[in-house]
Amino acid sequence: MKKSYKDVMDRKSEIMKNALNLDYTKFEKEGIAFDYEYMMNYSGYTLDDVKKIQIENNIGNTPLIELKRITEYARKFSKKGYGARIFLKDEAANLSGSFKARRAAMSIHQAKKLGYKGVIAATSGNYGAAVAALAARAGLKCIIVQECFDSKEIEQPEITEKARACEAYGAEVMQLSVGPELFYQFLVLLEETGFFNASLYSPYCIMGIETLGYEIASEVKSKYGKFPEAVICTNAGGGNLTGTARGLIKAEAFDTKVIASSVDLTGLHMASDNDFNKKSFTTGHTGFGIPFSTFPDRSDVPRSAARPLRYMDKYVLVNQGSVFFITEALALLEGMERGPAGNTSLAAAFHLAQEMKEDEIIVVQETEYTGAGKHLNAQISFAIDRGIEVKVGNPLEEIPGKNIIFPTSGQYLKIKEISLNDLKKSYLKHYKGMDLLNTDYKYLSEELKCSEQLVKNIMEELNEE
Amino acid sequence: MLYKIIKKWYSINIIGGKKMIKENTVVQIERVVLKSVERTGNLPDDTKRVPLKMKLKGRLVTKSNLGDYVKIVTQTNRIDEGYLIDVEPYFKHDYGHYVEVLDEVKDIILRENENSL
Repeated sequence: MKKSYKDVMDRKSEIMKNALNLDYTKFEKEGIAFDYEYMMNYSGYTLDDVKKIQIENNIGNTPLIELKRITEYARKFSKKGYGARIFLKDEAANLSGSFKARRAAMSIHQAKKLGYKGVIAATSGNYGAAVAALAARAGLKCIIVQECFDSKEIEQPEITEKARACEAYGAEVMQLSVGPELFYQFLVLLEETGFFNASLYSPYCIMGIETLGYEIASEVKSKYGKFPEAVICTNAGGGNLTGTARGLIKAEAFDTKVIASSVDLTGLHMASDNDFNKKSFTTGHTGFGIPFSTFPDRSDVPRSAARPLRYMDKYVLVNQGSVFFITEALALLEGMERGPAGNTSLAAAFHLAQEMKEDEIIVVQETEYTGAGKHLNAQISFAIDRGIEVKVGNPLEEIPGKNIIFPTSGQYLKIKEISLNDLKKSYLKHYKGMDLLNTDYKYLSEELKCSEQLVKNIMEELNEE
Repeated sequence: MLYKIIKKWYSINIIGGKKMIKENTVVQIERVVLKSVERTGNLPDDTKRVPLKMKLKGRLVTKSNLGDYVKIVTQTNRIDEGYLIDVEPYFKHDYGHYVEVLDEVKDIILRENENSL
């Protein structure tokens, strides 16, 4: 079989179908729409099934910890009567050290159920370690394909650490230089091995995170007699937020606000060889968070189950220096050495809590393990070696790729809010100039969590541009 | 470190002045997946200018020299090929060097929380 880029990409649909054993065409509807809930329910797993699979794999039911000293710290800078209680779901306690084990448990369960001999995942992050760990438990072979080094052969140390973890769990790790054609190499491997595509974006993978939202809602409700006012999720591919929000809804926490938070890497191009090693965060940043929110189907499956704009109430950004700052605070004040990437939403929560009343509760829904390469000292020293200026100052003046600015006080750890309407507009740009059906408007209003009228208004605006 | 050097030295046979690496030795290979002209159109210029490369570890199929184009058997028992770039590779990532600014940040956080709780 011919293996040129074009030949392989031409066989993409067929390769994908074989590697997922799921025919996505059955979810398609007339026009641009597809039936999202039908797709999510088609797998046949209930929330109880997911819980059972995760418990069998020692995953989930992680501690929900009240960060009393960090809450006190935030209250030093808020008005009297303000400063919400900050809670943290310690997902680092999961097998493989992150919430990604919840997703991997479902991918591996599905692969095993369908009789695949092995799995492949395209990921440079915690998901790779999670898939490798769960594949090890299931006796499945595992290949992880990661984007790891630039054209000068310099590896991003956090991704090297993930390669180490994957190898520790017995996986084969293929490391690539910078570029989105990693997807081509991924398809070549799927075709060659006949393995399962353990995509981060399959319906069962997203169902795996519903337990996280459900656990947060039920635990807060049983201990404090109410659901949390807000849950904040670090946002990259959108699965974390989508699954958590769906879990909150399943627990009937309808009024809990779902907030997205990403590290602001504005100005750095995600497919740029030069920019690759100028980032101190390999995930949880705007380079994934914004494009995956505004065009979820850019992922490695025909229809992504991660559709964050369906659930998002607010989207805030924090700079790299502030996430490092709060990572230090978490270790120094709470005795928890975690992250740093997983602490993106904790940095935002520290500021947001100051605007909430003191009897309110904000839950940061994840932590991740730390270690060589990942640790903030490893990342900051790597940045210094790449010529990036590191200093204490005004974090809002940070220029990604040029400097990293730590706040001079907790008081100056600030967020930037992105307009959800702008995100909705970017999403709708994909349909500019198209004749949309009435059913399409209904679909888009669900996709964007707004009225059909708002969709029509934005479309009119776009078509006039 | 000394042990590693000695071990590596033993795994390398000196045959006819060339450093031969024994078959079945764990090695790392590298190959070009896409030449720069084969890369997709919608890339930034700096990425388009360079090839897409791949690195992989496995056991060497036949004895070879560093720099040879070789076949390896990978962890999942696949055969793959590329230029032999490293023998008995190991991870070198660490916690980085001393960073002054992190000590400043520590001081700020501890000072601002001196009297709390």
